[in-house]
Amino acid sequence: MLTSKWVQLAVLAVLIAALPLLFPSGYYYRIGALIFVNALAVTGLVILVGWAGQISLGHAGFAGIGAYACALAPEHLGLHPVVAIVLGMVISAGLAALIGKPILRLKGYYLGVATLGFGILVTMVLTNERIWTGGPDGMSVAKLGLRELLRDMGVRVSGGVFWYWACGIVLLIGAWLALNLYNSATGRALRALHGSEVAASTIGIDVPRLKLQAFVISAVYASVAGSLLALQNGFITPDVAGFMHSIEIVTMAVLGGVGSVVGAILGAVILTLLPQVLTVFAEYEQLVLGAVMILVMIFLPRGLLPSIAARLKRKP
Amino acid sequence: MKTTMTLTGLTLALLASTAHAELRLGASLSATGPAAFLGDPEAKTLEMLVEELNANGGINGEDVVLTLYDDGGDPNKARTFATRLIEDDGVVAIIGGSTTGTTMAIADLADGEGIPFISLAGAVSIIDPVREFVFKTPHTDRMACEKIFTDMQAQGTTVIGMISGTDGFGASMQAQCKDVAGDYDITIAADETYGPGDADMTPQLTNIANTDGIQAVLNPGFGQGPAVVTRNYAQLGIDLPLYQSHGVASNGFIELAGADAAEGVRLPGTALLIADILPDDDPQKEVATTYKAAFEEQAGQPVSTFGGYAHDAFALMVDAMTRAGSDDPQDIRDALEATSGLIGTTGTYTFSETDHLGLDLSAFRMLEIVDGGWSAID
Repeated sequence: MLTSKWVQLAVLAVLIAALPLLFPSGYYYRIGALIFVNALAVTGLVILVGWAGQISLGHAGFAGIGAYACALAPEHLGLHPVVAIVLGMVISAGLAALIGKPILRLKGYYLGVATLGFGILVTMVLTNERIWTGGPDGMSVAKLGLRELLRDMGVRVSGGVFWYWACGIVLLIGAWLALNLYNSATGRALRALHGSEVAASTIGIDVPRLKLQAFVISAVYASVAGSLLALQNGFITPDVAGFMHSIEIVTMAVLGGVGSVVGAILGAVILTLLPQVLTVFAEYEQLVLGAVMILVMIFLPRGLLPSIAARLKRKP
Repeated sequence: MKTTMTLTGLTLALLASTAHAELRLGASLSATGPAAFLGDPEAKTLEMLVEELNANGGINGEDVVLTLYDDGGDPNKARTFATRLIEDDGVVAIIGGSTTGTTMAIADLADGEGIPFISLAGAVSIIDPVREFVFKTPHTDRMACEKIFTDMQAQGTTVIGMISGTDGFGASMQAQCKDVAGDYDITIAADETYGPGDADMTPQLTNIANTDGIQAVLNPGFGQGPAVVTRNYAQLGIDLPLYQSHGVASNGFIELAGADAAEGVRLPGTALLIADILPDDDPQKEVATTYKAAFEEQAGQPVSTFGGYAHDAFALMVDAMTRAGSDDPQDIRDALEATSGLIGTTGTYTFSETDHLGLDLSAFRMLEIVDGGWSAID
């Protein structure tokens, strides 16, 4: 398992480093950065959904908190955007712990609906508190300042290139942490809990506490993803916390394979790229996305990567 | 032999590309999603106009190639598409941003990369402060407030109630109206809001009607909210003038609210809406009737103010590209800023270094709904 972890990370790192060699224009850096941001949020969901077996349909709410922390803190508190990212993480973690305690007692659909409600509440607050957030028209986000710092050191990079590398590195760190967790005692306990809560509790696993941990960790992942998105766009609206965004993240996780970090990243790649490829027939975009989902669910129920890997193993 | 053929082919291709030079124009609009009622007529208008222009010989003999993306009203997607237009499609100018959110996402990028950009969204923050490469065609919501308050003042109204949608349009206009009310000696005695999906506004309207001294009611908002307000207003039998915003300036609004309930409602609209009843000597008569006829034939749906914004943006762009005589974005921007007296469906545009909207209050017409149709009252 240890080797598998380093192989997965190495493949990811090589891909991130080598892909720009094939990029014909700056636009592809933007797509790459978007993929990494989505993949980061999806990695968080892998921990919660894939390993702990819980569901969240409101994770964009945490992305919204991370995004608006980066927009609001520099403007009103005078904090540096990097500190604002950390602030967003702390707020998201705190909020996740606070609401997670009661709602993680719920199971299945009920948990889904409760988390859905949380996401919608965040969107409503962001939309209605105009004085702070600028309402549905959104607000500008201060620049990170790292690119200027690099320029002073003699390294000139365009915005797109900078964010490609920044998001790529953060994703690598995120994937590394997640894979470490998978192989730790906590990771094994999480998977035991997924298998059977009753069995897990009989062998001394503190089930509610562990569920809460998974929820908090995944919230922090979503928060960082939201912060990165806000900082690279330089402008943010409540859409980032919206219901559709929550569903998008879950769909990516399920499509790629919710039990595996690399699978989830694959899901993010496909669902970020597809709308860009399908612009030629934009009217059919939703149709194609829906068809892909249905086909994957029917023929590859564990998600793309785990199902294909299992099939390859069976027929060597 | 094979080499020769390839070479000949290459030469021919090169010749062809120099003979048929093209101007690449990009657009990112919200043709689907919650803002589709803005983006859909805009997209249809642009496609129609490009086809028409190329059939008539293009700009200075060059065809215009339009690359149009549907951002679904999502600012994040809008920014991605703007990046794609600039970096990958190599456009020399961009039209778009159906909503304020998508516009702001594109504006930052277009201004940074030096690509002229004409927005189709309302908020005043798009052009104030002025950004070198960013222009827009619709009136600001602040101007709509001013137009409405001017009419109220003429009627001797000093105390009003407001009921606003909490969507982007309604909330932004609500703030602007509250900001300028003082300049027209108007006091807002009641200030209610409703969610964009609400089906009944009776409680809010009852609150307003019960406030002392109210002489008129103003409803900033778009979509179906204002239609519900208008219907409830009639059901409650409130006997005060009702003002709507330019956001509902379409025949769809009268149908949705019902001609009886909408009777007597006043709102600021563009010449396009009353194209048929404009006097013949009106400077906008020709532009408005031509576009209306062409759009309604092509799209098979009634013309809307929003499609008119796209029409004007395209007219401005074509005019600037013709005068610039080059496909250099900087030249096009400079020509755009020098636009003077261009007559569009929304108004007559004159840009300057400090004004990237180029319209004044005269572009708005105060309209009243009479017998299920529109009539101009000034």
